[in-house]
Amino acid sequence: MVDSQLVLYGQTIAYTCYAIVIILVMGWFGLKITKSGKGNKVSHAFFYTFVGFLVVLGVSLHIVTYNTIPWASMDVNRDDIKPDKVFNITVENHQFILPSEKLVIEVGEKALFDVTSNDLTYGFGVFRADNSMIFQMQVVPGHRNDILWQFEKSGIYTIRSTEYSGPKGAQMILKDVVVVKED
Amino acid sequence: MSFKDTFMNGEQGLFKSASLTPMQKLILRFVVVGLIYYGLAVIEGMIMRIYQIEPINAIPDFQYFAILTAHPLVGIFGSTYLTVFGAFLFLVPFLMKKPLWSYKLGNWTFLLITFGTLIFWLAGFISHYAPLYTLYWPLPADFSQFSPIGGTFFILGIALVMLGSVFFVINIFKTIAYTPEGMEKQPAGALLADAIGYSGLRNLFRKKEKQKEHLVSLPVAAIARGTVDVALNAGIILFTGVLILVYLVGHIMGFELKDTAVDALLYKNWFWWGLDLIADGLVLIFVAGTWYLIAMMITGKKLFMQNIARAALLVELIVSWTVWSHHLLSDQAQPAILKIVSGELVTAFELITQGLAFYIVLATLWMARPLKMTNELKFLLGGLLGFALAVPAGIMQADIGLNRILHNTQWIIGPHVHVAILVGLTMTLYSAIYILFPIVTNGAKLYSQKLANFHFWAHLIGGIGMGAFMGMAGLEGMLRRTIYFNGEFNLYMILAGICGGLLLLAFLAFFYNIVMSVGLNGVIGIFTPSKLPVKDLLPPEKS
Repeated sequence: MVDSQLVLYGQTIAYTCYAIVIILVMGWFGLKITKSGKGNKVSHAFFYTFVGFLVVLGVSLHIVTYNTIPWASMDVNRDDIKPDKVFNITVENHQFILPSEKLVIEVGEKALFDVTSNDLTYGFGVFRADNSMIFQMQVVPGHRNDILWQFEKSGIYTIRSTEYSGPKGAQMILKDVVVVKED
Repeated sequence: MSFKDTFMNGEQGLFKSASLTPMQKLILRFVVVGLIYYGLAVIEGMIMRIYQIEPINAIPDFQYFAILTAHPLVGIFGSTYLTVFGAFLFLVPFLMKKPLWSYKLGNWTFLLITFGTLIFWLAGFISHYAPLYTLYWPLPADFSQFSPIGGTFFILGIALVMLGSVFFVINIFKTIAYTPEGMEKQPAGALLADAIGYSGLRNLFRKKEKQKEHLVSLPVAAIARGTVDVALNAGIILFTGVLILVYLVGHIMGFELKDTAVDALLYKNWFWWGLDLIADGLVLIFVAGTWYLIAMMITGKKLFMQNIARAALLVELIVSWTVWSHHLLSDQAQPAILKIVSGELVTAFELITQGLAFYIVLATLWMARPLKMTNELKFLLGGLLGFALAVPAGIMQADIGLNRILHNTQWIIGPHVHVAILVGLTMTLYSAIYILFPIVTNGAKLYSQKLANFHFWAHLIGGIGMGAFMGMAGLEGMLRRTIYFNGEFNLYMILAGICGGLLLLAFLAFFYNIVMSVGLNGVIGIFTPSKLPVKDLLPPEKS
C-alpha cells in the first residue's frame, strides 16, 4: 500500500503548482484589464468549455483518488475484509485504554482499530515520530468507530486524539505505543 | 487642514453626519460595529498565533480554548453578519427603488446581533465556556469541564444573534414583496417567486416567446436566495440552542438529564447540516451576488451570461442543502452512501457553481476594458483570488482518501477556511465598503490612498501567507484545536504569525483611514438620531 506521506507529497506539489498559476493568472488579468486592447468579446464557447472542464475535474478527482489511494477503497469495503489483527480500544475521561501496553503489528498486516467512546466525541490518530500523521478517524459515542489500516513501513508510532474534547483533552497522547515490525 | 482638524472633522470636513438619513446612519452603525468586532477577531487570532509559537503563561489553556470558541463566532456573527446584513438592508430597498419595509426591525437586527455577540463573547471570556462552534454532543453539556451558568449566557447570546437574523430575513422578504404607500400595487407573489428563482426555473420549461421577464435584479435575487439559507440556519441553531439550554438549565436546577438521550452522530449530522448553510450556503451565494453587483457598478454594464448566473445561484442554493456530509468523512459510522454522494459528489458541484461566478465576473470586467484600478476593483480581484485558492483546497479535503490524512489538521483551517474568509470573503466586503462609501456618506473623501494601497497589499499577502504556512504545517501533521508545547511546528507558526501581524496592520491602516475620512465627530454622529424622514434611503438631493 502507498504510504500516506507519499500521498501528501503529491498533494503538496499539485496544490502548490495550482496556487502559483492562479496567482500569476490573476496578476496578469489585473494588469490587462487596465489597458485597452483588441478582443473585448468573450466567447460563449470558451465559457461552456470552462464549465465542462470544471465538471470533469470535480468528478475525476474522486475517481482518481479512489483508484490510487489504497486506503480509500479499503475503508469503504472494510466490512468485507478480514483483518489480520484487531485492537479494541476504549476512550473514557480523556484517556485511551489500550488492550495491551504496546500494539504490535507486522509490516503488511491489516490491522483493525475498533475504538469506543464511553462519554465524549474524540479523535483517534496515529502519528510518526516527526509528528506527521499516518491516519485519523473520529470517535463518536454510541457508535462503532473502526478503521482498517495496512502499515507499509516499520516504526514506532504515537496515538493522539485528533478531535477537541474540551481543555482536558488537549494532551491525549500515548507516545510510542504502536510498534510496526518487519516480518 | 491640520491633523487635529482632520481627526475631528474628517478629510476636508466633507462628511456631515447631520446630512445622513436614518437608513444611512443605520447601515453605517452596522458597518462600524462589524469592523470593531472584526478587529476583536483579529486580536484574538493574533493571540492564538502567538500561542501556537509559544504558549503564553498569562493565558491558561482553558482561556485559550475559550478564545478559540469565541473567535470564529465573533468573526462570522459579530463582524460578517453585521456588515453583510447592514449592506443588504440598504441595498435591497436601493435596488428595488422603495423604502425598507421596517426601519425599526432593521434597528432591532442591529441591536440583537451587536449585544448577542457581546453576551456570548463575555460568557466565554468570564466563564471559559469552550465547547467550540461545533458543539459536538455531549461536550456542550459536559459540566465536569464547563460552567452551566456560563453556558446558559453563551447560548443566550447566540440565540439573540439568531433572533436578529430572523428579523433580517423577514425584513428582506417583506421589502421585496410589499407595496409602499402611494405606489402602484406590486405583485408580491411574483416578486418573491422571481427572487428565490422559481419563475426563472419555470422559464426553462416555457417556449421563448412565453418566458416571463425578471421582476427583480440579479443582486436582489442573490440576496434573497442567500437569505433562505440564513432562515434555515437560524432555525437549526435556535433549535440546537434550546436543546442545549434544556440540559444547562436542568443541571442548574438540580436535574441531571441523560446525555445519551441525544444520538451524537444524528446530532452531528443535524448541526452540520445547519452550520454548512453558512459556510457552503449563504456565504458563497452572498459573495457571488456581491461580486455581480460590484462588477456591474464598476463597469456600468450588464453581467456576462446573466441567465446562467441566475441559474447558478439557484443550483448553489440547492447544493448548499445537500453538502453537509463532507464534514463527516472521518466519521466511520456515517453511511458510505452519504459520504460519497453528499460528501464528495455534491460538494464537487461547488467547484462548478463558484467557478461559474468567478468566470462570469472576470468576463464582465474583461469586456469593459480599460478599467481604472480603483480600490473596489483591486479588492474585488483579491476576493476572487481568495475563493480561487480556497475552494479547490476544500474540494481536495472533501475526498474520502485525502480526508483521512487532512481532517482536523491545519490544512483545513489554513488554505481552506482562513483563505476563504480572510482573502475571499473579507476582501469582497472591503470592495463593497470602498464602492459604497461615497454613497452612504454623501460624498465623503477617503483620507489617504497610500493607506488604502497598504491595506490591500498587507491584507492580501498576510491572508494568503498565513493560510499557506498553516497549510504546510497541516500537511506535516499539525492538528487544529490543540496546543503544541514543544515548538514542534515553530518555523511554520512563526511565519504564519508574521503574516497574521500583516493582517492586523492592514486592518489598523484601514480603520485609521476610515476614521480620518469621516472624523471622530462624524463617527459619533453616526450614532445620534437623524432628523430626516425614516423612509428616505438617501437625502432628497442625492436620490
